Amino acid sequence: MRRRSFGSWIWVVLGSVYFFLPLAASFLFSLRKLSDHLSFEAYRGVFSDAGFFLNFGSSVRWAAITIVASLLLVVPTVYWVHLRAPQFRRIVEFITLMPFVVPAVVLAFGLIRAYARPPLELTRTPAILIGAYVVLSLPYMFRAVDNGLRAIDVRTLTEAAQSLGAGWATVLWRVIFPNLRVALLSGMFLTFAIVVGEYTFASLLAWPAFGPYVVLTFQTKAYEAVALSTLSFALTWASIGVIQWLGRAAPGQAQVAGAR
Amino acid sequence: MAFLELKNINKTFAATAAVEDFNLEVEKGELVSFLGPSGCGKTTTLRTVAGFEIPTTGSVVLNGEEITKKAPHQRNVGMVFQAYALFPNMTVADNVGFGLKVSKKPKAEISKRVQEMLALIQMAALGDRYPHQLSGGQQQRVALARALAIQPQVLLLDEPLSALDAKIRVELRTEIRRIQQRLGITTIYVTHDQEEALSISDRVVVMNAGRMEQVGAPYEIYNYPATPFVAGFVGTLNQIKCTVVDAASGVLAHNGQRIKTDSLIEKKDGQLTVMLRPEQLHLGVADEENQLKGKVDHVAFLGSIIRILVRVGDAILTLDVLNERGHTLPRVGEEVTVSFPPHACWVLPGP
Amino acid sequence: MGRSSSDRSGTGDARNARPPRPGSSWVWIPLLPFFLFAVIFILIPSISIVYRSFEGPGGELTLGNIIELLNRRDLMLAYRNSISISVVTAVGGGIFGFLLAYAVTLGGLPRWVRSFIMTFSGVASNFAGVPLSFAFISTLGRVGLLTALLNTILGFELYRAGFSIYNIWGLSLVYMYFQFPLMVLIMAPALDGLRREWREASENLGATGTQYWRYVALPILMPSTLGAALLLFGNSFGAYATAYAFTGSNLSLATIAISAQIRGDVLYNPGLGNALALGMVFVMGICMLGYGWMQRKASRWLR
Repeated sequence: MRRRSFGSWIWVVLGSVYFFLPLAASFLFSLRKLSDHLSFEAYRGVFSDAGFFLNFGSSVRWAAITIVASLLLVVPTVYWVHLRAPQFRRIVEFITLMPFVVPAVVLAFGLIRAYARPPLELTRTPAILIGAYVVLSLPYMFRAVDNGLRAIDVRTLTEAAQSLGAGWATVLWRVIFPNLRVALLSGMFLTFAIVVGEYTFASLLAWPAFGPYVVLTFQTKAYEAVALSTLSFALTWASIGVIQWLGRAAPGQAQVAGAR
Repeated sequence: MAFLELKNINKTFAATAAVEDFNLEVEKGELVSFLGPSGCGKTTTLRTVAGFEIPTTGSVVLNGEEITKKAPHQRNVGMVFQAYALFPNMTVADNVGFGLKVSKKPKAEISKRVQEMLALIQMAALGDRYPHQLSGGQQQRVALARALAIQPQVLLLDEPLSALDAKIRVELRTEIRRIQQRLGITTIYVTHDQEEALSISDRVVVMNAGRMEQVGAPYEIYNYPATPFVAGFVGTLNQIKCTVVDAASGVLAHNGQRIKTDSLIEKKDGQLTVMLRPEQLHLGVADEENQLKGKVDHVAFLGSIIRILVRVGDAILTLDVLNERGHTLPRVGEEVTVSFPPHACWVLPGP
Repeated sequence: MGRSSSDRSGTGDARNARPPRPGSSWVWIPLLPFFLFAVIFILIPSISIVYRSFEGPGGELTLGNIIELLNRRDLMLAYRNSISISVVTAVGGGIFGFLLAYAVTLGGLPRWVRSFIMTFSGVASNFAGVPLSFAFISTLGRVGLLTALLNTILGFELYRAGFSIYNIWGLSLVYMYFQFPLMVLIMAPALDGLRREWREASENLGATGTQYWRYVALPILMPSTLGAALLLFGNSFGAYATAYAFTGSNLSLATIAISAQIRGDVLYNPGLGNALALGMVFVMGICMLGYGWMQRKASRWLR
């Protein structure tokens, strides 16, 4: 271990340069709207465009709905699997891994094919987009809640609470949820970051969202588009930074996100 | 000159001295144990022989050659680790043959030697198994075979049995000793279990807080402890606080009851501690012996031994009595007399 | 486990008053909403893809779509490109990621460097899609920062020399940005799992550092590494947003081809589109299965 340090430092430096260069370039590029000096002109342009608030607002809305839907779907399910139905664990886990086997484009393709006509013409409603987003968020929500529940040994806690006289509602509300708070927050922040930055579903399923808006902007206003993507990156950084900080007790978990 | 010499070994980590002034000469074919509580420096000292630690000062000489700064892979000492450290991607046979493979011995020779080693540890049929398919005891035996396959000059064992069940531990330590004696290999054995150390060693080094407390044969260490630490650490020990009544004739008193000892008492008055081993005490009255009256506090049936705790004054004495069928166990609360001969007393100055 | 019969006195709301014991046949009922969701949004679309791949224009069962797919040179090229780019980024990202993971775990660096790299890898592996593409265009595009720097400082004109970020190889460079940290995230814990005693035992038995790596460490790490490489491959193969943000439909990749079908950019042929999608699911399925198998093996050894 003693003699290796030098080579290791080289790698770390190289790696850091590779990571930071595009970010720095992106930021600098966004400052170059006025060709003679650096300014935040592009950002001013961003915020003065009504389309920004419309699309970003839409994405935030989708994110909020997705988070709620995902929580409602995942938390009781995982809780139940831990508590009473451990034999269903593998199939539930398998379902949550589907987004890795069925990439976003393919799922979009399948959803459109399946639901583009009556009787189930979901493509006319945002339900199809929310559904797609929830599918995308499943792996992270599941993993967050699963780890959270595992860390607190749900069965024992539930039994202890019940032996002391608590009913189901009390157990869930006062015992389980407070202990899951950190895990849930992690899942929520990640979902938020994913949905806001997402492009594939939004563009293919044809609903207003931030992702397609940025791409569209690039075609006419390159600087503004890069400014937007810098903002988007800052948002992702912040969300994931919060998650890393929240989840500092649980290292070594590879979180792979969608929206590639 | 001894086969293995550790001269003035000192090892300091940051500001703490892990090992201080360690000196030992080990004869060829001897099994020496390093015995002591966690953190006493026994593993660190072992690792200086293996080459995983370089002593801050001092030297290690093996068979006349100074190896203090030599790289571990050039020393030809075999080590058995507490956590077995078998290579999970190799079969038992490949594990055992690893040392020979890296020194580029011919395949036929490796194969023959592996078979020999497996026979030695009585696992000849399990050569194709993988470590995760073996029990803890089996894995440790493979680790031993692996270390011995390279025909090392010294065998080092770092708490090899700590991770195993009690029963396996007893079986395996006997087997290790048997193999060691059969091969006549110089061995250093590190442990915190004094029963283990006493039962298999030629000599025991008792260590505490980085220093050597005593070196000697097991019988010596147990019956003639050199320091209070050794007396307390090895075996169970009764300690009775007494006051001096008559230093010349060796008479002391505890809570009004007299005790006669054979030892020379240097202090004229004041407090002393008398130490007694549980097996030297017995219930009942006996002539020519010291007698202390007390009350039975607790009786524990340990199988071959019955351990009786008797409250004498403000001290609780532990007595070990051999089990006998038909014998009635004393009751808690019973008034009894504890007897012991004067020569059983070992006196320490001070409270 | 399970409540005793004396507890069944009707406490709590009606539905939960008597929760079934494990193994009882009603225990799956609370899982129904989740399964229903999975059926609607995952199972049905997937099955529809599979089914319609084998559906001819008149509704009959046929292999025609698959055959047509295999005959379409442009689509086969798209698959080939996707596979190329995935192999390159899996291998490249794999090697560099492994080396960086090694540097921060066993490389003798201070603890804070590892934390920093791991956090950043966590962020960077998620920084894909549109923002990443634009960041690279800002760096290595025709008017990008690095392109300009190379020109002014070294007099080297990148694009004149034949480099372009707007093709498959430029895209590979972009994909590396999230492949490389993903590898770090997977390999760092695996490298942690290399017990110190293995190295010591190997040294003790006479092996040099090189022999240790050759006979012990690399073989032990092989399942994790291969599994990670498979994951990287799948990750790259299914990527869409990053590629599209670059040049729209101009790049020939499998994912782009499928999206073209959705958008109706090319001659609309439902069966073909389905076959394309099926092909993708097939490749991804193999990747995930391989990854799962490798993971199981790795966890057995690195326990």
